[in-house]
Amino acid sequence: MDRINGNTVRLDQLPLRQTAQIAEIDWNMLAPNEARRLRELGFGEGVAVEVRHHSGLFRTGPIACKVGRMTVALRRSHAAAILVTISAIAS
Amino acid sequence: MTPAPMIALVGNPNAGKSALFNALTGARQKVGNYPGVTVERKSGRMALSDGRPVELVDLPGAYSLDPGSPDEAVTRDVVLGHQTGEKRPSALIVVVDAGNLDNHLRFTLQLIALDLPVVVALNMVDLAERDGLKLDANVLARELGVPVVPTVAVRRRGLDELKAALETLVGDGSAAPHVAAPSPEDITHLQRRARAISVAATVSETPVRQVTHLLDSVLLHPVGGLLILLALFFVMFQAVFAWSEAPIGWIEGGFAALQSVIADVLPDGVFRSFLVDGVIAGVGSVVVFLPQILILFFFILLLEASGYMARAAFLMDRLMARVGLNGRAFIPLLSSFACAIPGIMATRTIDDPKQRLTTILIAPLMTCSARLPVYGVIIGAFIPARDLGYGVGLQGAVWFGLYLVGILGAMLVAFVLRSTIARGGTSGFMMELPKYQMPRLSDIAIGLWQRAWIFLRRAGTIIMMVTVVLWALLSFPQAPAGQNQVEQSIAGRIASGLEVVVKPIGFNHEMALAIIPAMAAREVAVSALATVYSIESDDEDETARSLGTQLQGRWSLPTALAFLMWFVFAPQCLSTIAVMRRETNGWKWPSFALAYLFGLAYVAAGATFWGATALGL
Repeated sequence: MDRINGNTVRLDQLPLRQTAQIAEIDWNMLAPNEARRLRELGFGEGVAVEVRHHSGLFRTGPIACKVGRMTVALRRSHAAAILVTISAIAS
Repeated sequence: MTPAPMIALVGNPNAGKSALFNALTGARQKVGNYPGVTVERKSGRMALSDGRPVELVDLPGAYSLDPGSPDEAVTRDVVLGHQTGEKRPSALIVVVDAGNLDNHLRFTLQLIALDLPVVVALNMVDLAERDGLKLDANVLARELGVPVVPTVAVRRRGLDELKAALETLVGDGSAAPHVAAPSPEDITHLQRRARAISVAATVSETPVRQVTHLLDSVLLHPVGGLLILLALFFVMFQAVFAWSEAPIGWIEGGFAALQSVIADVLPDGVFRSFLVDGVIAGVGSVVVFLPQILILFFFILLLEASGYMARAAFLMDRLMARVGLNGRAFIPLLSSFACAIPGIMATRTIDDPKQRLTTILIAPLMTCSARLPVYGVIIGAFIPARDLGYGVGLQGAVWFGLYLVGILGAMLVAFVLRSTIARGGTSGFMMELPKYQMPRLSDIAIGLWQRAWIFLRRAGTIIMMVTVVLWALLSFPQAPAGQNQVEQSIAGRIASGLEVVVKPIGFNHEMALAIIPAMAAREVAVSALATVYSIESDDEDETARSLGTQLQGRWSLPTALAFLMWFVFAPQCLSTIAVMRRETNGWKWPSFALAYLFGLAYVAAGATFWGATALGL
């Protein structure tokens, strides 16, 4: 298992366009049907993820992320359940 | 003759399933309902290359066999053979997006495990190639153990190969036996297998700048995106009024001509009155809304097919969250501006039952097109056409204000419902944002044709029945010569009773009478008032104009404003209530909606009347 190190942040705090990998999802923070939908939309440990858009004037609205090959919108409160490891800084 | 074998189209949302369905069946489609639920059942006929006919059914898009919404439950039940009134399909066409195999293969694996004959349509291979992805269909077929046919539904590519593959699969067309739901395989495990197969089938992948990302950087911009959304809706509502003027004229002209032909042919009497005043006038007054409804649906279908609708939901989620709903509720509410009926039906995509219920209950507050004739007459008669500057007129401002009162009322009600009787449930918003696509005009045309047909069928059945009943109530018992027929009729007597109730909010006897037939359809209030004030006219527009001058002399401004307010809130449409009953499976929620909407209408109209009176208007 990957160790959670200094490069691990919550998905809602990941900078725009920074590629990362899902390290861990705290399924307990989600209702069962939400957890299922999140899995169905392709969220899972080890999957590549990137935040592409914020919404709301003060970035309080949902975020749009690229997960695998899909773009998925989700609220920040759910994104907070997802821990990601920032990939090595692209050269 | 044995019935044609049934083949079901299954797949994830946004796999291009409906486009493939349209390409395979053309316009030979039937839209019905699954019994007990209001999920649409779309079926069509298709001939295999050896001439054998098969029935193709387009199942609602689903992510898995573990349903999250009423739509997805139907998909599961049909493929398992558990759906009442539907035999189990003889074979499945599983539609997958070639550009999103990782995700779509997971559901495919679940479906293959059901032991039905399966062919996979590897759809949208052209878009995948545009995005730099090359796939090997043969490898995919070997890994999955079923035939795989690359298709581009919108360009009609691969259809013959798909039919050829089906021919060998369908067999004698006997329905497969029912099966028990498979024990849910661990989704993580399925996902891992799906990803491994996807990797194996990928020949090469070259990263390219995707069109979708370019468009999204503009359309999802926190400020720019919202402005574009507003501009789009402004154009849409302008078009609904501007483009519909001419066709509405033709329809009115047609019905008027029909009335005069019948009036010429038939002798004066009860039967002629029944046809001319009851059937034709009643149905005609509803059919005139067809152009507006079609224009609105044209935009909605266009926005959906292009992939923009999901973006609109994304942009609106923040606002909807404040009243306890999510972005998904935005789409049904938008449809409700045309008519609450399709709007309420569109709530089926909302997975949380409490949010869905709330959306159903507030949908009638969106200003539907049936309110327009009522607003038009009253505003035209009582609000002076004064210019407020900057190209804004007073009449337009009042009109806009009525829309706004409806929207704000809906938001307030949603907030109250979500904190009381529809509290709880999940508050989430998770939605796939599909790739943008150029919508195909023929797909839009098929969609519009289906909407038009549903609307006309409704006008021909429910609405016709109600108008006939109302005509009877207004025509019997027949008044002795010299007396007012309306006053003597059953409806007139009911109105006298109702008048006691509505007098405190400034309504007079004629208004009490007008709101009774308006239960059939709001716009009937206009023709009812016209009848009451004994204006002979078969053209609704002309009625409206001369009715305006009549009203000016008889109603005070506070009374007129109260009448407008009443129509913002009152649930004056029995068809909406009927659809609510179907969608919520019982009379509990429709009764609740009736009570709260009439309550609100009463309070709002009363407050307006007394407020305006106090201000000396």
